[in-house]
Amino acid sequence: MSCFLTNSSVGKKLVMSISGCFLVLFILFHMSMNLTMLFSWQGYNAICEFLGANWYALAGTALLAAGVLVHFVYAFILTIDNYRARGKQRYAVTVQEKGVAWSSKNMLVLGVIVILGLGLHLVHFWSKMQLVEIMGQHASVINGQEFQVINGAAIMMYTFSHWYNVVLYLVWFAALWFHLTHGVWSMFQTVGFANDTWYPRLKCIANIVATLIFLGFAAVAVYCYFTSSPQLIDEMIANPLAH
Amino acid sequence: MNFTLKIWRQRDAKSQGAFETYKVENISADTSFLEMMDILNNNLIHEGKEPVAFDHDCREGICGMCSMHINGHAHGPSQAVTTCQMYMRKFKDGSTITIEPWRSAAFPVIRDLVVDRSAYDKILQAGGFISVRTNSVPDGNAIPIPKADADESMDAAACVGCGACAATCKNGSAMLFVAARVSSLAKLPQGKVEGARRAKSMVAKMDELGFGNCTNTGACQAQCPKQVSIAHIARLNREFLAAKFQD
Repeated sequence: MSCFLTNSSVGKKLVMSISGCFLVLFILFHMSMNLTMLFSWQGYNAICEFLGANWYALAGTALLAAGVLVHFVYAFILTIDNYRARGKQRYAVTVQEKGVAWSSKNMLVLGVIVILGLGLHLVHFWSKMQLVEIMGQHASVINGQEFQVINGAAIMMYTFSHWYNVVLYLVWFAALWFHLTHGVWSMFQTVGFANDTWYPRLKCIANIVATLIFLGFAAVAVYCYFTSSPQLIDEMIANPLAH
Repeated sequence: MNFTLKIWRQRDAKSQGAFETYKVENISADTSFLEMMDILNNNLIHEGKEPVAFDHDCREGICGMCSMHINGHAHGPSQAVTTCQMYMRKFKDGSTITIEPWRSAAFPVIRDLVVDRSAYDKILQAGGFISVRTNSVPDGNAIPIPKADADESMDAAACVGCGACAATCKNGSAMLFVAARVSSLAKLPQGKVEGARRAKSMVAKMDELGFGNCTNTGACQAQCPKQVSIAHIARLNREFLAAKFQD
């Protein structure tokens, strides 16, 4: 049974589907967590403190990293297979077929943008928070100011006080939106839960999930850009969990 | 009507091919695409040139022999028809038409527009049949089959095995063809009994022959001359995964 997941086309697609589903669920969780920021930055920091580098958060991070790795490695294996299957000689004339979404033909490119965004995100946040805690420290220095590892709210406020970070993250979220509009309904097709009655429903669900995720993340980034001020960041740094 | 044709010419599988340009004139709008090709070949023969090789047989849309990638479409720009059923009125007078063979690693070019589609036959031989003893013909109504199941099975069985799906797919995947075969048999009681073995062996053969992996773009169903739905691919996935998990 273990071998059809690595040597069969449908088996490999199942791995993409299951790992993708897991990543979507994680992203929904992450987005819900971020939304706390809109109501209470102290609440957001309370969640950061609860997660931190505790064993359950570390186990979750390890599982997540494995999920990303599997999804990414399989994507490349499948794409290389597909490139070979297409043959050396390409068509001189091609068209966009009716009813075929642009994103469905560009999943790897979108995925690479998502991964690059993830890299930037890990540098901005994870390397200033959980990684510092794993290394046994309690604070990290950004631009001369000391941020406690549980002070996710202040790090977020500081990061999104720069317009270019907001733009980069919005591009990232947009790529994710395109990726998910195809990915979410596609994972149902791959496990066999789809038919002509359900295609419009599944595609509608995919669009809703992708749009919710985009709006949820984008709202927090934009909110931080408009509310951030040096005074507020100083206040957050001075007392991360204060009322 | 007058047309400029850009046609892929290739002597054999090993030779390097290239496009050549031809002109056809005074073509009636009611000429079928293959008849237009016949007229071109007739002209070429009169000029002492080599005619363009292309596949065709029944010329009524049921044999699946005709192919050709015309202006970026498998079987040309008409919806739900094979190349033989497309008429020149579909094209603009004076336009240039680009004609290419199916492009897929598993369908090597034999000559000009003719490709080797025996890979599909090999997939069929791997499991696209039912095992029954031949005997006197049983009563057609002996096994009751729900109308919806029979309809769905027939929709899948409409596949003529022309190869447009794999030729269109950016991944060179044969999933729509395999799915149509698996699905048409899986919906009927005679086929259901061997469903698990069929799904496994046909997918294994498809992978072995170098077809790509389906990424659910749906381009195959958009170009399929028989409008076979990708819902059959979902059924193939279901049949295959259920069979594997039962192992």
